[in-house]
Amino acid sequence: MSAAIPPKQPKIRIRGLEKSFGEKKVLDGVDLDIMPGTSLVVIGGSGSGKSVLIKCVLNLIEPDAGTIEIDGENVLALSPRARRAVYARIGMLFQNGALFDSLPVWENVAFGLLARHRVRRAEARVRAGEILGQVGLEATCGALFPAELSGGMQKRVALARAIASRPDILFFDEPTTGLDPIIGAVIDGLIVDCVKRLGSTAVAITHDMASAQRIGDEAAMLHGGKIVWSGPAASLLKSGNPVVDQFTHGRREGPIKMELRG
Amino acid sequence: MNSLLAAIGRPVLVLCRTAGRIALFALSGLSHLVRPPFHVRMFVRALIEMAYFSLPVVALTAIFTGMVLALQSYTGFARFSAQSAVASVVVLSVTRELGPVLAGLMVAGRVGAAMAAEIGTMRVTDQIDALATLSTDPMKYLVAPRLLAGVIALPALVVVADILGVLGGYIVSTTSLGFNPAAYLHSTFSYLETIDVVSGLVKAAVFGFLIALMGCYNGYATRGGAEGVGAATTAAVVSASILILAFDYVLTGLFFSQ
Repeated sequence: MSAAIPPKQPKIRIRGLEKSFGEKKVLDGVDLDIMPGTSLVVIGGSGSGKSVLIKCVLNLIEPDAGTIEIDGENVLALSPRARRAVYARIGMLFQNGALFDSLPVWENVAFGLLARHRVRRAEARVRAGEILGQVGLEATCGALFPAELSGGMQKRVALARAIASRPDILFFDEPTTGLDPIIGAVIDGLIVDCVKRLGSTAVAITHDMASAQRIGDEAAMLHGGKIVWSGPAASLLKSGNPVVDQFTHGRREGPIKMELRG
Repeated sequence: MNSLLAAIGRPVLVLCRTAGRIALFALSGLSHLVRPPFHVRMFVRALIEMAYFSLPVVALTAIFTGMVLALQSYTGFARFSAQSAVASVVVLSVTRELGPVLAGLMVAGRVGAAMAAEIGTMRVTDQIDALATLSTDPMKYLVAPRLLAGVIALPALVVVADILGVLGGYIVSTTSLGFNPAAYLHSTFSYLETIDVVSGLVKAAVFGFLIALMGCYNGYATRGGAEGVGAATTAAVVSASILILAFDYVLTGLFFSQ
């Protein structure tokens, strides 16, 4: 008699996540499972709480209620030291890159290596050059400062910084916002390559449907503070869910009512 | 009556809440100074920015203040035939009071504003969140080195300001007011006591801490975009300047009240 195969444990498991800002309830009981090695894309309108959701998972915002489990551990209940150890395995690409403009590009890329892994500066500089190569940039870019780079190059540097420590989990906040379609497609391609090479679990939030379908294996729609639909990213445009359909097809009429006042 | 009480109470509560937040922020920053890892590069960078690059502005302020002080006290004391007190008035005023206060106000305007603008911009462009995701505590990386740099940089600047302030008085007194150089110097040093210089340096250390604290706090608490950064910069300079003058009174009382 063969032993029963245990169900695969989610890499990230979110249950009943709530967050309010004053009277406004942004997250109202979010439940989400993200399986290991999966790329999940979270879509939703502006102000729907996508960034708040990601920041709660990253411990940048303290949620009001709920649990966030990473590899089965409720990170909200961990000690600060244990929490830091968990978050050391996570990389994040911020919407506007969030590069440190007082540091040269190589030091931005190697920041995590220097801070987490105590790598010597000379070695970190060499490794930063290699990682820049992985995102299609010359190692000589390392000597420049972020202000000297174009928007697309800044996104690549930010991606290089996010993957430099070979994280288990990668978060992408609007990775193609502000980029032209071609550069956007290049960034999406680099994201897919990096995630596959590292074998990481990825979570991206985006408005860009083309980007969502390029990056994601799975997709979920956040609306009214809850996940209202989840399924394969390939079926986003034919989900059968009226909220998702209105959003993905950009229709003015439908269940989503735009708030004209804050 | 109730509305009057509410109108008084509301700003008092806001003031108390802000004071509490600043105190907790300062304690958190100080606690990182004694817990590794230490960001030596950030400390050296803050020290150079605060001390070395502030030298010209502090030096010019000090030398002109010494010159004006000699001129004003000479013309004032001439009414009482007490011109011989000019040297002692200049040296005591500069070391006890004008050196630390004027250096503090100039550095608050130059460095406090720059700190608030830099940290505020980092806040609104997610750079502070990015630090946290890269296993780096923003308080330890951005705030603690600046607090320590403030405590060390301002006394160093005040030593320079004291010397140049006295030199300014000496130049005006010996070239325009007819003082004998040797007699002026003798008079300067015979009235000067260690406590005069030490009290000025202690004040400078406190002012340096306050400048860095208000620059960092206002930058860290920035909300919104460019407007928020502008407001943080203004708040950093105004609050540091007021605190310098208030603490100057308190410290003078502690050092010299009988």
